[in-house]
Amino acid sequence: MTQININGRTREVDADPATPLLYVLRNDLELNGAKFGCGLGQCGACTVLVDGEAVFSCLLPLAALDGRAVTTVEGLGTPEEPGPLQRAFVEEQAAQCGYCIAGMIMRAQALLARTRTFSEQDLREHMQPNLCRCGTHMRILRAVRRAAAAMRAAEAVPLRKEAAR
Amino acid sequence: MSKPDLAVSDNSRRNRGADRKPGRWAWRGLAALVAIAVVAGAAFAAIAWRPELAPVVTPARAAFAPQDIETGAALAAIGNCDVCHTVPGGKFYAGGRALPTPFGTIYATNITPDPATGIGRWSEEAFRRALRSGVARDGHHLYPVFPYDHFIDVNDGDSHALYAFLMTRTPVEQSALPNDLPFPFNWRPVLALWKALYLHHGGFKTEAAQSADWNRGGYLVEGLAHCGACHTPRNAQGAERRDRKFAGGSSEGWDAPALNQTSPAPVPWTREQLFAYLRRGVDDVHGAPAGPMAPVVHNLARVPDADVRAIATYVASIADAPSPAAAANAPTRPAAPTTVTSTTELSGAAAIFAGACGGCHSGLPGASAVDIARSTAINAPDPRNAIRVVLDGITPPPGERGPLMPPFAGAFTDQQIADVLSYARARAGRHPAWNDLGSQVKAIRQGQSKT
Repeated sequence: MTQININGRTREVDADPATPLLYVLRNDLELNGAKFGCGLGQCGACTVLVDGEAVFSCLLPLAALDGRAVTTVEGLGTPEEPGPLQRAFVEEQAAQCGYCIAGMIMRAQALLARTRTFSEQDLREHMQPNLCRCGTHMRILRAVRRAAAAMRAAEAVPLRKEAAR
Repeated sequence: MSKPDLAVSDNSRRNRGADRKPGRWAWRGLAALVAIAVVAGAAFAAIAWRPELAPVVTPARAAFAPQDIETGAALAAIGNCDVCHTVPGGKFYAGGRALPTPFGTIYATNITPDPATGIGRWSEEAFRRALRSGVARDGHHLYPVFPYDHFIDVNDGDSHALYAFLMTRTPVEQSALPNDLPFPFNWRPVLALWKALYLHHGGFKTEAAQSADWNRGGYLVEGLAHCGACHTPRNAQGAERRDRKFAGGSSEGWDAPALNQTSPAPVPWTREQLFAYLRRGVDDVHGAPAGPMAPVVHNLARVPDADVRAIATYVASIADAPSPAAAANAPTRPAAPTTVTSTTELSGAAAIFAGACGGCHSGLPGASAVDIARSTAINAPDPRNAIRVVLDGITPPPGERGPLMPPFAGAFTDQQIADVLSYARARAGRHPAWNDLGSQVKAIRQGQSKT
């Protein structure tokens, strides 16, 4: 049995330590947000966060996860209460077939966790490893910018109240 | 020159003192020293001084034969000119890229035909002089980070073609930052001494007994392609060591592996493998170019087959007759290849290798990347190339399809990377373990920019 920390909970998994995290998520833990695209770290459909960094879960063996925190798209919110990034993806209707979207959201989450202000160039370079075969890149980029703006606005409100006093 | 003036005032001061003791002989000795200083200063000025060449009106495109411009484009690609003379993401050939050297940072110049900030007012003669002897149009010496010690043997026709190509690029008005060099390296005349020591013709001599292909390759490799600039170690003055030609050097924090018999590649390179690597960017046995070699190969995509083949022919000949040790080290497959579906449970580094690396690097039939046992980086004396490849992966040039190898910087801790590299090196089974890998991974990771 291996213990891993996923979305803030410790989960017990009975799998070979060489098994990539993606298979554990989907086959053992029923966390089906991350998708299998290529299995070679070429497409980004399986992207999750490990200690805040966006990584390809298809190439991340269980053995490497000791003491590290994994976040999947399920950890960002629920259908009833989506997180800011998930909400922005819905509002921009950024998904077409949707296969890449969980990976896109997690890649974007790594950026937003670091900064809410970034240039278009920064954003594109950051999102570069993730592919979308439908071609909805423009909507995906808009959704990330929308989420960043929403998060900036949410953070600015207490400041304004502060200033008004 | 200020030197003679100083010498004269020195002289007169000593002269007054000579009326008293210590006497005539001391005065004569001093006068002789001063005279030597004056002569040495004048001689140095004669060596160091270069005339300004008259500015010209930027030649129009019509002044050049289209064929020459096309040839020049291929030659500029062989010379890798754009890599140093372009800021990543910036305008092509407009300069400004910081080039760190052991002596300080030098900023590459603008070589677009902009009249004010580029080479728009350079005559062909001025261009040829700069290329072959590292002197700018106005007569100042250029630093040898510009590899004129290789370009010295570029022929007139090729110099003309390069000039035709560069003078027909889009002019960009952009000045480079001033170089960041301490004294005495910021005093350009000192470069005359460097040139007297290290700038010589004859890096390559045609050999009648060799094929035309080999001779063409030699002319390119030793000249424009300046392969030795990275693949030959340098001495304390920053010059290539002729006694250790192609014995392996470094570039941008990477090892440039030896191209001679001391190559760390477990399987000696053949001409065909070199051609595949340089032409198509991958060779099944040795893998794909990474680090500073990646843009070199990317540039070669714009070069005619014949020239790439010539380069491969010549480079293969550098390491000809592999040493008996290399031959005895014939490639072996690991006895029990491990895969993700292995029934025996693995742990630690072996499990990480199986889950993260083995899918491509197992050496089993159908594996898409180089067998780890045959990897040059894994079998190299220094681990830094292997560390860098694992951290950053092998990314494609801008606008091209997905990474040849994905980056693992975020996926693994420093210790996990150290452990998996140690495991891979032991699995290859050729060389003793690297020492102190964990701290080397940490140092390289901290040195890299995180975007």
